[in-house]
Amino acid sequence: MTMAQSVPKAPLRFPRVAQPFIALGLAILAELGIAFFVLNVVAVPLIAVWVGIPMLLVFVPCARWFANCHRTMLSRFLDTEIQRPYRKPPIPGMLMWLRTTLADPATWRDIAWLLVNAVIGFTLTLLSAVLFLASVFYLIYPFLVWVTPDGVFTEPFGGLFTVNVATSFFVIPVGFLAFMIWMASGERLLRADAYIAKSLLGPTENAKLALRVRELAESRAETVDTQAAELRRIERDLHDGAQARLAALSMNLGMAEEMVSRDPAQAAALLTEARESASTALSELRDLVRGIHPPVLADRGLEGAVKALALSLPFKVDVTIDLPGRPPAPVESAAYFAVAEALANVLKHAEATTAWVQITHEHERLHIIVGDDGTGGATVRPGGGLYGIERRLAAFDGTLTVASPTGGPTTVIMELPCESSSLKITPSSGTA
Amino acid sequence: MRVVIAEDHALLRDGLIRLLEAHDFEVVEAVDNGPRLVPALVEHRPDVAVVDVRLPPTFTDEGLKAAIEARRQVPGLPILVLSQYVEQLYARELLTGGGGAVGYLLKDRVSNVADFLDSVRRVAGGGTAMDPDVIGQLLARNTRDVPIGRLTPRESEVLGLMAEGRSNAAIAAALFVTEKAVSKHTNNIFAKLDLPPSEDDNRRVMAVLTYLSSR
Repeated sequence: MTMAQSVPKAPLRFPRVAQPFIALGLAILAELGIAFFVLNVVAVPLIAVWVGIPMLLVFVPCARWFANCHRTMLSRFLDTEIQRPYRKPPIPGMLMWLRTTLADPATWRDIAWLLVNAVIGFTLTLLSAVLFLASVFYLIYPFLVWVTPDGVFTEPFGGLFTVNVATSFFVIPVGFLAFMIWMASGERLLRADAYIAKSLLGPTENAKLALRVRELAESRAETVDTQAAELRRIERDLHDGAQARLAALSMNLGMAEEMVSRDPAQAAALLTEARESASTALSELRDLVRGIHPPVLADRGLEGAVKALALSLPFKVDVTIDLPGRPPAPVESAAYFAVAEALANVLKHAEATTAWVQITHEHERLHIIVGDDGTGGATVRPGGGLYGIERRLAAFDGTLTVASPTGGPTTVIMELPCESSSLKITPSSGTA
Repeated sequence: MRVVIAEDHALLRDGLIRLLEAHDFEVVEAVDNGPRLVPALVEHRPDVAVVDVRLPPTFTDEGLKAAIEARRQVPGLPILVLSQYVEQLYARELLTGGGGAVGYLLKDRVSNVADFLDSVRRVAGGGTAMDPDVIGQLLARNTRDVPIGRLTPRESEVLGLMAEGRSNAAIAAALFVTEKAVSKHTNNIFAKLDLPPSEDDNRRVMAVLTYLSSR
């Protein structure tokens, strides 16, 4: 998932009891990270004698993998994902990759993080783990004294006191105290570690912009392609359809004109033919117009158009639309075609008896949900209907998510950015 | 018969006027925009109005809204709505007021002059004239409906023509059968769809349209 598509959503939190063990694991990994740090730092000056190049080809991906694991893991202590900021080489090839990688600040930030993590990250995570382990240790201290031979656990706090089974109960409050401190700060220490990691592993403002530019360039190229293809299709439809029919029509009319005095019956037959071909031309133009911009969408906006669409389908479609106004025309059109395509998919594949469409506007985004009670198993694959919608929405920075277990039901969730200020308040549409 | 026409394209407006006047209609007013339409209808109270859906100034569904508004002010005012495309939603809105004397046809239907004039006269006489496309869409939607599935192909055909608003005589003529055969089919249809039988053409159409669009 690219950056623009990731709506800020909280990654799953780790359960509280798992945290001390994860903290311990992170502390150990932090020290292992030193190895990656050293290998990378050593490899760089060795580029001068060429040995560094193969070393970097191996060690940088290792360090990146290591950092990526931490990005995934640590994002679960934060409310947002930690994005991967790496630049892609403009053309494939090993040396190009190396050049891009060495010029990529993310590479050096990774290495800096390895060092910071080994010192500060290690301290924070270890502290978090030790607080919990210490509390457990002191809470069961009397038990330990009881089960172990004399002299093993009789001198708590580094030999400050000597206790026996009875007096060892006095250290339990220390266990409680440690437990309270862990409850209060255990998770915060880990979050602090995650914040430090995010500041170094997450993309810088520059990298964010670069990512955004890359995405926009991709979606623009796709939009231009799609539009060109659309225009070609329209041109072809007009050429093979209406234009050809009008030509035939005018030919028939010309022949009828010439024949009208000589052979009125034949002329009448030609006129009938002409009328039929005019009718067909009109109906083809109608279909074409519907595909470009359905008239009912212009008339009634998204609500009316989706309702009209729902009426034309052979299964029941519940339509719930709650919008404070009309979105700008391009957004409205994209939303309409997304719904139309999604419903067409339901018709083609799902064998559904009921479908539902829900459109709402929240947090400056248009939320569109299309669901059905059909057979499920829908996926986004290149060339498929859902893929088409995804590409169409991408031009508006919109996203598409599909939940469709085999056996159904299927839910397609689409989101389109749409500022509240751009919503046009129209006098209540609809007349009935 | 007195007619009011609303059509913004000069060519089509003149064509309609010419066509109607050639067949003993008197065009009392021809308007070319939405705001003028309601007053014209209320003022002239024509025997029938022929109205284009899309009119200035908004070029959306101005004509339809005006038609519904005029029928609110003058209940039962016969209006035939013409459009470049048909939309179930609009058909439903026109029919919602009830009472018949409405029509909703594709503009291309005008080219079949005899049929078109028949529709205009039917609407003027308080009947309905629904475009075959509207009915086709309605029937297509109901393919999974069990009672409709029980109809024979001939009965489905009769149901379609009936829903367009045609009388038994017209259906008989269209299908090249006797009127008696048609009335046998219609009785069967009403029995299978569990609708109250009715001899009144108009009420019959309403029953069928309500049945089809409620699914």
